[in-house]
Amino acid sequence: MNLQTIINTLELTPLTNPADFESIQVEKGYTSDLLSCVMAGAPHGSVWVTLQAHGNIVAVAALLELSAIIITEGAMPDPATITKANEEGIILLSTPQPSYWTVGKLWELGIQEN
Amino acid sequence: MDGAPRQNRVISDQEAENISRLEELAYEIRVEQVMTSNPYVFTTSQTMREATVTLRQMRISGAPVLHNGDLVGILSIEDVIRCLIEPDLDSPVTKYMTTKLITIRATDLLVDALKMFVNTKLGRLPVIDPNGKLVGIITKGDVTRGLLKALQQETQVEEMRRYRASRIFEDIESDRTSLILRYDIQAHDFTHGGSASSRIKRALIRLGASPQIARRAGIAIYEAEMNLIIHTTKGGVIRVEIEPHQISIDVYDYGPGIADVQKALQPGYSTASEEIRELGFGAGMGLVNIARCTDSMSLDSVVGKGTRLRIKIFLPQQEAMGEGPVPKETAQ
Repeated sequence: MNLQTIINTLELTPLTNPADFESIQVEKGYTSDLLSCVMAGAPHGSVWVTLQAHGNIVAVAALLELSAIIITEGAMPDPATITKANEEGIILLSTPQPSYWTVGKLWELGIQEN
Repeated sequence: MDGAPRQNRVISDQEAENISRLEELAYEIRVEQVMTSNPYVFTTSQTMREATVTLRQMRISGAPVLHNGDLVGILSIEDVIRCLIEPDLDSPVTKYMTTKLITIRATDLLVDALKMFVNTKLGRLPVIDPNGKLVGIITKGDVTRGLLKALQQETQVEEMRRYRASRIFEDIESDRTSLILRYDIQAHDFTHGGSASSRIKRALIRLGASPQIARRAGIAIYEAEMNLIIHTTKGGVIRVEIEPHQISIDVYDYGPGIADVQKALQPGYSTASEEIRELGFGAGMGLVNIARCTDSMSLDSVVGKGTRLRIKIFLPQQEAMGEGPVPKETAQ
């Protein structure tokens, strides 16, 4: 599943610089708002669904080399976080939907590996 | 490009990194850095016949038209075709040139040029200076070449860094050689949380560590770094000693100390405040993660004095760091 399809289907808003989302493949996903659980469980290259929006999510995603973070419930990261994400090459996507809905949609799209 | 449909191709981490870097470069590089300066130009006194011959001889698909040094139009192959259909080759270029000019400034970013190419379907744009004078021309090809060149240069710089670092121990003779990295971590400095671990991870990769080793070290050090930020009163220090076959990480602080070390090591146990838990920290999994990612770990603490965490990661013989050729990157 490429990231562009995910963005279109879930009507996500990219918060970071535009990128060639079509060429980014996502097969795995993870969800948690506890950063240590993410550290322990999020697979390499996966998409992470969370309602956390502070700067440390970028550090976590960069260390784990995740494909993208979907920030749920319309939580808005501050500009410094978005800048940091651009620097680290981490894609931030926003949705007004809750995490439960978001993960459900990802599952329907076939992203069921974790 | 091998012609395979893109969506069926699994792209590697390296490629993904390059793609996003390419996007970033479009926001960093300016038109003047990739445009063709002093392009071939026509003057209003020239005929279409002369222009046609020139375009063919110069193997270009269009050129700006100047009148007394001022940009007045652009003549492209499409205009020539219209003229050839007539045929009307003895007319001046002014009769067929496009005068509805879309220009771009030399100081604009490549991303602006890309947007213009997409929105206008034009193949080339005249580049002007702040006074509106023509200073160059930019084509889609110039943008692609400019971006690829910049990307290649960056890759070369990183390769050179890796090459140098990966041999750092090679020519040094001693009974035991090591490299020590030190990072001072401030208490409650959430803004910089994760920056020491990211830097250490990058350093390990440059020294020739495998992606798996670098990832394990990165996760363990991130947790230790966040512990210093969340729990200490005066911050602390991360000291990483890198030897060819092991990474020894020493994390110490000056208080407040852990009352019950055994409890602290239990999964799910945390003393983090409600406020910090709301940020997603304090899951009580930090030390558990550290233990999982490392080969040895010891935790000593004295209440009122401080805490000392010592962890080690051992590298297999064939994955030694700093002693020669970088191991082939294994895709995960």
